[in-house]
Amino acid sequence: MFELIFFSLLNGIVTGLLLFMLASGLTLIFSMMGVLNFAHASFYMLGAYVAYTISLYLGFWVGLIVAPLVVGVLGAVVERYGLRHVHRWGHVAELIFTFGLAFLIEEIVQFIWGKDTKAYHEPEILQFPLFTFFGQNFPAYKAFMLLISIGIFIALLLVLTRSRIGLIIQAAITRPNMTAMLGHNVPLVFMGVFGMGCALAGLAGVIAGPALGTFPGMAVVLGSIVFVIVVVGGLGSLGGAFIASLLIGLLQTFAIALDYSVSDILVAFNITTDAESAFRDLWTLSLPQIAPILPYLLLVLILIFRPTGLFGKRES
Amino acid sequence: MSDIAKVQNAVMSASFLKRFGPWLLLALGLIVLPFFFSSNIAVYTMNLMGIFIIFALSYNMLLGQGGMLSFGHAVYFGLGGFMSVHFMNYIEADIFVVPVVIVPIFGGLIGLLFAVIVGSFSTRRAGTVFAMISLGIGELIASCSLIFVAFFGGEEGISADRTMGPEVMGVDFAQDIEVYYLIAVWAFITIALMYLFSRTPMGRMANAVRDNDERIEFIGYSQRKVRFISFCASGFFAGIAGGLFAINFEIVTEENLNALTSGVVLLMAYIGGVGFFVGPIVGAVVFTLLQTLLSNYTEIWQLYVGVLFVSTVMYAPQGLTGLIAMHIPAFKMKRLRVLAVPYVRAGIPTLLLLAGISGFLETIHHVRSAAVGETTMSLLGIEFDTHTIMPWIIIAVLVVVGGYLTKTQMPQLREAWDEANAPLKSDEGGAS
Amino acid sequence: MSSAIKLDELRKSFGPTEIIRGVNLDIKKGERHAIIGPNGAGKSTLFHLISGRYNLSGGHVSLNGEEISNLPPYEIYRKGLSRSFQVTNIFPILSVFENVRCSLMWSEDYKYSFWHLVDRERKLNDRAAEVLEEIGLTSRQHVPAGVLTYAEQRALEIGLAAAGGADVIMLDEPTAGMSHSETDQAIELIRRITVGKTLVMVEHDMGVVFDLADRISVLVYGEIIATDTPENIRNNKAVQEAYLGVEAEHA
Repeated sequence: MFELIFFSLLNGIVTGLLLFMLASGLTLIFSMMGVLNFAHASFYMLGAYVAYTISLYLGFWVGLIVAPLVVGVLGAVVERYGLRHVHRWGHVAELIFTFGLAFLIEEIVQFIWGKDTKAYHEPEILQFPLFTFFGQNFPAYKAFMLLISIGIFIALLLVLTRSRIGLIIQAAITRPNMTAMLGHNVPLVFMGVFGMGCALAGLAGVIAGPALGTFPGMAVVLGSIVFVIVVVGGLGSLGGAFIASLLIGLLQTFAIALDYSVSDILVAFNITTDAESAFRDLWTLSLPQIAPILPYLLLVLILIFRPTGLFGKRES
Repeated sequence: MSDIAKVQNAVMSASFLKRFGPWLLLALGLIVLPFFFSSNIAVYTMNLMGIFIIFALSYNMLLGQGGMLSFGHAVYFGLGGFMSVHFMNYIEADIFVVPVVIVPIFGGLIGLLFAVIVGSFSTRRAGTVFAMISLGIGELIASCSLIFVAFFGGEEGISADRTMGPEVMGVDFAQDIEVYYLIAVWAFITIALMYLFSRTPMGRMANAVRDNDERIEFIGYSQRKVRFISFCASGFFAGIAGGLFAINFEIVTEENLNALTSGVVLLMAYIGGVGFFVGPIVGAVVFTLLQTLLSNYTEIWQLYVGVLFVSTVMYAPQGLTGLIAMHIPAFKMKRLRVLAVPYVRAGIPTLLLLAGISGFLETIHHVRSAAVGETTMSLLGIEFDTHTIMPWIIIAVLVVVGGYLTKTQMPQLREAWDEANAPLKSDEGGAS
Repeated sequence: MSSAIKLDELRKSFGPTEIIRGVNLDIKKGERHAIIGPNGAGKSTLFHLISGRYNLSGGHVSLNGEEISNLPPYEIYRKGLSRSFQVTNIFPILSVFENVRCSLMWSEDYKYSFWHLVDRERKLNDRAAEVLEEIGLTSRQHVPAGVLTYAEQRALEIGLAAAGGADVIMLDEPTAGMSHSETDQAIELIRRITVGKTLVMVEHDMGVVFDLADRISVLVYGEIIATDTPENIRNNKAVQEAYLGVEAEHA
């Protein structure tokens, strides 16, 4: 039991921090433009694919550095020539634009790289179990992912709270007009932050690609989960996004690890069930089965009872 | 005396034509279409079209009419489909025997039921919160459908046999063409109902709440209740569309209520134009044609659809219908002729450019995905070897020449446009 | 004469700042009442409190003797109070005609009906045409309200508030930003549509106020320092000190 909890905890934190790398960019972009970027996870996917292609010729480590930069530039281009253009038609049009973009990027990825899963692997130096605990291995690559995520988290924290650029970004988020009057190029800041957010998503893709698989559906798999995180954490709240990321990460790994079903509970209460009834699916419902729906359940409940999210201040 | 009567009659018949003309035309069109397009693939396409028209119109009751952006509308479509499939199975098992023609009603009712449940908490606000709740519910139901196998049938879905019901007027729906007329009747009824809904006080207030949900509360209406009623009506019609889908395909799977289908309906409505009642109809027709016809010619049709969608959002937010509607002022001033030549002059190079681009994409795609050693492909009936230089030169010429000419033709087009839309001289100073 | 609106120790705070600090006011049925005061005195906030846009922090509001504190705006409207906004607040995509027709819908008792067809309802459409005639927008009835000129939008704004036949009408700076001739027209319009009704208005233009109002209340820093006839307000020492004094110097 202890080993189960230990490994679930560790895996949950790895997943959670990875999710945060996506959620932080999404939250920053939302704070600035008031628009949830549906295509955010698509940049995560682009990161994995670009890094894969680079790794074929120059190796994993070059991809780790270059791919996020490429994705960041792509993001900036999308902001400058796409989103800014659509902005004049209002928030709904912007939301639909990012939605269409997500669709388009998936098609483009399939066009360039094909529909099959790519053999994108972790570098050989990291292909060993870091430690063995109760007979279970903990791969070094996961530790590496953990390290990168924590590093990014600290760097983000420092940039936003300590640097001059961070102050300008925070000012631009809360008071765009005033900041523009003070002589800062707010559109440039917006473009920069959008690119930065996409680069972060790209980096997440680079390091997640080998662990979670590099395939055209990888954006969809993560996309809605990241949405859940930023909404549950509170739209525009970085702290909330952090906590929600960990929460969702842990929730998912624990729900998969703990194999209990409704009938177990019923048995504990001495209730027998009929295996043939129309509700049979309900009685055999187990935690691993409902693991994928838990985040969405959380999302809907939060939106009903606390539309501002756990730590958010504004509704939309 | 008789003159007056004649004039009155003429006025009456004019207004009669104006009011019912489009409907008669629609009915006539629905009846005669299969005589012109009678192949199997054509009937298949038209059946799908009819279903998607209802679905897209029901979606536009939310987005275009009510200002609610939903990312989970397939839930009501899919649930309506599942319910209808179950009803067809009840009919087959003699549990509950009704003619198959009214089965879509049950689909509509389950759509309505779920819309009532979800709408009771999701319609409090519009905007991002509503969109997120719809997304969450969509994902929730889609995931649930894989868990609750008894109702949803898991990965394989649920299938049924539409021919087992009691026959109505000797029709057992064994033929697709019979199903076509069933869908046509339902489509006519639901299109009419949805149009009429938009002309009721409720429909008008839905537009008002879209425009300004704050002010509506100060003229006596609760924004939440207006949204709720629109939402329920929309769920009902989506459920009917789902029911027709179930009858047509005799199988419903998880795919019919997941995020992909929700995206498709948004795409159809938006490409057609959400600001117009007929917009989603246009969108559904265009999308179905792309899906069934384009996919015969190219494997990357979804890429084209994606490009079309994103360019619509960026450059024509009013959709295809909006592009057509832009020409109404010029048409009313009888000046469309002014535009004809400029359109041809700009249109031909644009077509060349597009042909070049898609030729490039197709050839690339062929080179990458064809079997090893297979180097010949055909485009528009022209066979060529992708590993020679010639096709690439032709493509490059098409793109460069087409692009250059398109660019040079744009100013004259813009000029002609301004000329066609300049206000009439007699109108100057007067109110229009 | 019984009161149309009665405010009892009305209070509103935003966070630690108290904007409305215990307002008592009794507006009689059929009177034209103006609320004046310097910028930031809380006039618009007071309007939002009465019409249900903001929740109260304390006190009571009653309409025709009935308590309406903290009711949602649409409930208050249904009890017979209608208002306009300082910042134009119309339905921009709907046509001008639709704007007016929508504002008539509840009072003509259609509620949430989806079994009437609006184009068939002759009485509703006639009434809408009448209102359009009254606010002088008949020739513009088919254009989207969003493309009207500023003055036309202001007229529509007043029309929306008055159309439903509420017996208490509240106008928030109806003539703000208008030229002289436009203001004169607006005054005429307000006079016409408020015959036999109770009018409460916030206004900066003193000409309009003294022209229209039967009584005037002066709101300063969230408190009413005087309520009286225009004549007496003009001569009120406290008012002159707090408000008119400053204004008079400018004039």
